[in-house]
Amino acid sequence: MACTVRVASPLRSYTNGAATVAAVGVTLHEVLADLERRFPGMRFRMIDEQGRIRQHIRLFVNTQGAADLSAPVRDGDTVHLICALSGG
Amino acid sequence: MLPRMSGTLWIGTRKGAFALRADAQRKAWKLTGPQFLGHIIHHIVMDPREPRTLLMAAKTGHLGPTVFRSTDRGRTWREAAQPPAFRKKDDGDGKALAVERVFWLTPGHSSERGTWYAGSSPAGLFRSEDGGERWEPVAGFNDHPLRSQWIPFGTPDGEFLHSIIVDPRDPQHLYVGISIGGVFESTDGGSSWAPLNRGCEADFLPSPDADFGHDPHTVVMSPAAPDRLYQQNHCGIYRMDRPEGTWVRIGRAMPKKIGDIGFPIVAHPRDADTAWVFPMDGTTVWPRTSIGGKPAVYVTRDGGRSWQRQDRGLPTSQAWFTVMRQAMCADTHERTGLYFGTTSGEVWASRNGGGSWTCIARHLPEIFSLTYAG
Repeated sequence: MACTVRVASPLRSYTNGAATVAAVGVTLHEVLADLERRFPGMRFRMIDEQGRIRQHIRLFVNTQGAADLSAPVRDGDTVHLICALSGG
Repeated sequence: MLPRMSGTLWIGTRKGAFALRADAQRKAWKLTGPQFLGHIIHHIVMDPREPRTLLMAAKTGHLGPTVFRSTDRGRTWREAAQPPAFRKKDDGDGKALAVERVFWLTPGHSSERGTWYAGSSPAGLFRSEDGGERWEPVAGFNDHPLRSQWIPFGTPDGEFLHSIIVDPRDPQHLYVGISIGGVFESTDGGSSWAPLNRGCEADFLPSPDADFGHDPHTVVMSPAAPDRLYQQNHCGIYRMDRPEGTWVRIGRAMPKKIGDIGFPIVAHPRDADTAWVFPMDGTTVWPRTSIGGKPAVYVTRDGGRSWQRQDRGLPTSQAWFTVMRQAMCADTHERTGLYFGTTSGEVWASRNGGGSWTCIARHLPEIFSLTYAG
């Protein structure tokens, strides 16, 4: 499945500055694996070594927040990689 | 033509990396940076085996931890292909360890080019054998069956592993410090570990004489005598002379009104009896600021039997400095330079072993670490 990925600004050093990139996958897990193949290092900044979404990262498929990486992704969906508003 | 430089201080801050470069007399300092503006930089360390190489421990407020590597003295940086990470566990209880911060970096033994160690929060030890490109967990520590006992509880920010020391005579001989956990030693390259806390107090524990659970703020090995260790602990200043395995509280010789609480301790590069500390207020609610608002470094030149105050040039009142454990260092010049950075963003320098001090940078972000690269 082909989807559009909206990339938060802290992650754009991996996408050569692109705010939107295309990716494929039927789950968030697969979409992130596709991104990692093309933008090495990007996944680990969002997902820890145990497969958990990091504390200050939020993932959405369209308008639906994802609790984990098993969330399904369908053709034409938009995946949002969001850095949770925090810090100072 | 650029003037001849005599060293660089790398500054890790809460908001990026900076560098201070000295002229030949170490009088004029040129500040450069920030690099990685907005990134949380815990440590920047030069590789003494390849001085053009530096590693940097970084994360951001949002993104997970990583390591960057430079092979051109810090002009450009590239991220590690495989940053430090714990072994993936499939127990599904949601409690498997994940690196929150890479906190500490130490180059490996001089005979092991490309080898580095990293310490993390939660407390983990990692090793790279390719110059910091790919990191593997040191299973002998991270998966030790007693690890959960050694590290019974952490600091509010999580417990962390620091003060990784490689014996220059033996690459298999390692020390680490864990806050909170204590000092641990390995003599087989990290395959097995044992606590090394005898004599060290832990007055916050139910049993002050416990074998582990201590809070070493910084542990250093004397470059001049690798059998000598110094430790600035949550509960005082200590010295240990190996092979004896007992810490001696040399902070007892500090003035009573100053006490012996602080974060950093720095060993002299050539004199095993000389070390410096930056005492901070550890009374009542632990302000962790310079005592009475009068910052001072204290030096011992006799292995801790006596201490002398060094405050010439430092503010004499209303200066509430906090100096973090990684934010004080010495250079390798014949007249030893000593440096510290404050959480209020100032860097202070002494060209005469602490005899007098000059502020060489201010208005920086909160300083976490200061390291010297010759």
